[in-house]
Amino acid sequence: MDWKTKEKIIKYILLIFAMSSIMFLIGIVIVLFREGLPIFYKIGIIDFLFGQEWYPTYDPASFGILPLISASVLVTLGAMIFAVPIGLSTSVFISYIMPKSIKNFIKPIIELLAGIPSVIYGLFGMKILGPFLKDIFGLPTGLTALTASIMLGIMALPTIISLSEDAITSVPKKFRDASLALGGTRWETISKVILPTASSGIVTSIMLGMGRAIGETMTVLMVAGGASAMPEGILKPVRTMTATIAAEMGETPVGSNHYQALFGIAIVLFIITLSFNIIADLTRKRFYKKVSGK
Amino acid sequence: MKKNLLILLTVVMVISLFTGVVGAQENLTIQGSSTVLPIAQKAAEVYMENNDVSISVRGGGSGNGIAALIDGTTDIADASRFIKQEEVDNAVANGHFPVPHRVAMDGIAVVVHPDNPIDKLTLMEIKQIYTGQIENWSELGGTNQEVVVISRDSSSGTFEVFNEIAVEGERVTPGALLQASNGAVKDTVANTEGAIGYVGLGYLDESIKATKVNGVYPTNSTVASGKFPIARPLFMFTDGWPEGLVADYINFVLSAEGQKIVEEQGYVPLH
Repeated sequence: MDWKTKEKIIKYILLIFAMSSIMFLIGIVIVLFREGLPIFYKIGIIDFLFGQEWYPTYDPASFGILPLISASVLVTLGAMIFAVPIGLSTSVFISYIMPKSIKNFIKPIIELLAGIPSVIYGLFGMKILGPFLKDIFGLPTGLTALTASIMLGIMALPTIISLSEDAITSVPKKFRDASLALGGTRWETISKVILPTASSGIVTSIMLGMGRAIGETMTVLMVAGGASAMPEGILKPVRTMTATIAAEMGETPVGSNHYQALFGIAIVLFIITLSFNIIADLTRKRFYKKVSGK
Repeated sequence: MKKNLLILLTVVMVISLFTGVVGAQENLTIQGSSTVLPIAQKAAEVYMENNDVSISVRGGGSGNGIAALIDGTTDIADASRFIKQEEVDNAVANGHFPVPHRVAMDGIAVVVHPDNPIDKLTLMEIKQIYTGQIENWSELGGTNQEVVVISRDSSSGTFEVFNEIAVEGERVTPGALLQASNGAVKDTVANTEGAIGYVGLGYLDESIKATKVNGVYPTNSTVASGKFPIARPLFMFTDGWPEGLVADYINFVLSAEGQKIVEEQGYVPLH
């Protein structure tokens, strides 16, 4: 075999591998829609998305997922209220105030947070945070939307810190120098020049953090309580879309309405996370345009 | 040298493939209820250790198992309910004659936190709690504390029995906390003073308190005798009166050793 044919073969093998992840994505989307779409016809899109009762195994059954969507949104927003201030201040601190030698040591440690398996966060939330919140607020149970929000916030921190720190650091040095030269204080420079310039990069990091929070399953299944009622507040147990799929899919007869409804939830979830990713991608592109001055 | 090794390896693989086919073991397939699955699975494992047979066990639910028996694609159908008349008719029309074998009892205890003074409930009270009509323990003569209702995911077999017998098929309050396993229910009840939950009898220990239901305390003997109300028999259905390997396996499940497995898996043995 001469080297040219060899090169060619290797090229095609690599091409196949390179295409494989796209194939996986296409495969997943096809399966998702094939299994889940029928429920939208059977129940009706409006009744499915805005129905307030989730009783999938009763006769007659109710397949309203509004409580589940609301719970996911509530828990994710809660996570962001917790994670964005902490994440932003951390990234500003790391990129501007901390000496470089410590920064090179601290940043990998924060990124290590992302490597902890979610079941461990779940255990922590169940055994430590849950009972703690229960005592503080005098709740009947510590498994609430707030518990889940705090845990998801911690889990989203590494994404937010790491990406917004990158965004802040990549603001050209001359912006800062110009601001300081004009007599701006350090705080004015950070709040009026650096952060606005880095804003779209920061938005990207928040969107990706939200994507992580809304798609997280094990932790919310363990700590959110799992009540399928419409969320009445942050101190009540709630059930998210992901937790519902995880808890119910195992024993659901294949092809039944319940099975299709779980796939229907998965479609809704997929569309939500996909739009988060698209928004993140668009803002990221805008950010690099801005920084490069074009 | 490398080439020779490769050829040798291929030959070995081909031979082993053939001997596998020639010395074909006797096969037994079991399919059905995921409630019975742990019993069937464990019994199959122990049985296969002592006999040179191959048993494959699958879940999928009672309905799927009985459907497979009607189609003749399984030897044994596990079921957590009795066969329906419609299914018997279909089976007979297909030339199959389902025979029920009761292999175990499944009892579900209603549990509360050990500090809760309530130690007996009626089925009616349990129903009112689970449908959200009773929301505070004081309504039952207990302490002034909100009831935290804990339920299983609605596709589990435990939920099915509990909902049918104790809640009489009505909708469980949407405020009920969902836990995905017996262990998780037990854990949550043990950590929540106002909680009420339900678990299989095998999960009872001192971290939670089982209540009397209609005056009967859940024990293996009250479940086996049918005195304890939240209980049901578990079945294995065979096609016709069992013979050969099928009969041997069913006999094993019903033997003292098999019934020990039943108890180890958290169910109530028949004797």
